[in-house]
Amino acid sequence: MLYSEKVMDHFTHPRNVGEMENADGVGTVGNAKCGDIMQMFIKVENDIIVDVKFKTFGCGAAIATSSMATELVKGKSIDEALTLTNSAVVEALEGLPPVKVHCSVLAEEAIKAAIADYYKKNGIDKEIPESSHCHDCECDHGHGH
Amino acid sequence: MNIESKKIVYADNAATTPVLPEVVSAMTPCFETLWGNPSSLHDMGQKAKELLDDARARIAGILGCESRELYFTSCGTESDNWAIKGAALASKGRKRIVTSKIEHPAVLNTCRTLEKQGFEVIYVGVNSNGIVNMDELKAAVNNDTLLVAVMMANNEIGTIQPIKEIAEIAHANGALMFTDAVQAVGSIPVNVKELGVDMLSFSGHKIGAPKGVGALYVKKGVRLANLIDGGGQENGHRGGTENIPYIVGLAKALEISMERLPDNERIIRMRDRLINELLKIPYTNLNGDPTERLPGNVNVSFEFIEGESLLLWLNYNGIAASTGSACSSKSLDPSHVLLATGLPIEKAHGSLRFSLSHSNTDEDVDLILKVVPEVVGNLRKMSPIFPG
Repeated sequence: MLYSEKVMDHFTHPRNVGEMENADGVGTVGNAKCGDIMQMFIKVENDIIVDVKFKTFGCGAAIATSSMATELVKGKSIDEALTLTNSAVVEALEGLPPVKVHCSVLAEEAIKAAIADYYKKNGIDKEIPESSHCHDCECDHGHGH
Repeated sequence: MNIESKKIVYADNAATTPVLPEVVSAMTPCFETLWGNPSSLHDMGQKAKELLDDARARIAGILGCESRELYFTSCGTESDNWAIKGAALASKGRKRIVTSKIEHPAVLNTCRTLEKQGFEVIYVGVNSNGIVNMDELKAAVNNDTLLVAVMMANNEIGTIQPIKEIAEIAHANGALMFTDAVQAVGSIPVNVKELGVDMLSFSGHKIGAPKGVGALYVKKGVRLANLIDGGGQENGHRGGTENIPYIVGLAKALEISMERLPDNERIIRMRDRLINELLKIPYTNLNGDPTERLPGNVNVSFEFIEGESLLLWLNYNGIAASTGSACSSKSLDPSHVLLATGLPIEKAHGSLRFSLSHSNTDEDVDLILKVVPEVVGNLRKMSPIFPG
């Protein structure tokens, strides 16, 4: 099998999948030409991400990393969520094939994009830390808010 | 998933096929008792040579050529390399090779290597159904052309090319004609004389023989440089002790394929039922030609979803298929074949190929048609680009 059991578990039983009405922040990254788009929705109360949802177009790893990223930030403070790295997502999934590591970068970017949107909507003037760099990406994903 | 306990619907026969039991039986004596080297003069060797000669004659009979025009190789890729590089290196002065944009990587990458060595390669386009653009081909073949290389049937979208017509264009310009028939041999009738080709490659593992054996037909009088020099095997043109068990297996597998050709009617019925039913799913299109198509090939694109996740879900449900999606490949590029037909890159990501064979049944098609719409629906539900 190409993927770990953990990846397959998150792929076949994705957590927090769906849309969110009245989300406090929405982030969309990736593009269809590259073959993966992730959309994250967050609900924030007292600086805590109380709920998170995602929608993803992409491969098994894209879906599993989205699902895992939502689990890792749910219930966390915004500042904690901003420390989420792609390697933490990969580790939580018990590894990804090298060509799929870019999916975990996309998941990290999607969370950061949702928080950036939350900052913007609430007039919060804070810097979003730069995302991990994706060495394997031939496709220029870029942020597409 | 437990492969042992769960019935697998194997619909990926264009990737490889299981070795047929009759083929295993035919090969077994070559391992157990008839293991001699056909180059040896003693009885053990000569018995092996008899097996080799017999296999060659049977295959030649099926393809419509002479025994001495048939060379055994290690695989289809080797045959493709040999035909193209061999023709290029033996060419006296001519520098151009004309091929198509939808060839197998074994042909495309061989051509790219030759480009680096100073040969000029023209990659002819295809129409939206994946048939080679004949006007473009005619314009590309000139009196500097040493070789025209166009595959007989495409491995991804199953289109069958007008090889006879292309061979006539090649010959009218004094060029050689090679066809990669790896997907065609065993699936549809192939006769080298009727096609008028100078070289034709095929492989064992696509037709029920093991991986690791292939062959190249080279028309009498055609000069090819050797790719593998060695101890004089294959009439001095392909070195290496002949793989007698696999060659015997190849002959047996090809004979069985020929006996089963009448079953193509049933395979085509299954194929067309699959295509027609899958096309009822919204935002779905057929890749390839509706009729000029291999009997078992189904290739469709589902918009707004990605092929690898589709494939994983099918696998989860016990169905083995294939995709031209970038995410399933090592290159991160979607299928060059689908892109050559003009399919937008977004749609190429959502492509799915089924390749049916004699071993598939109507029940297999039933299961595929039960699982695919459900999986497509679920993936679209979680896709941020699905318009709903």
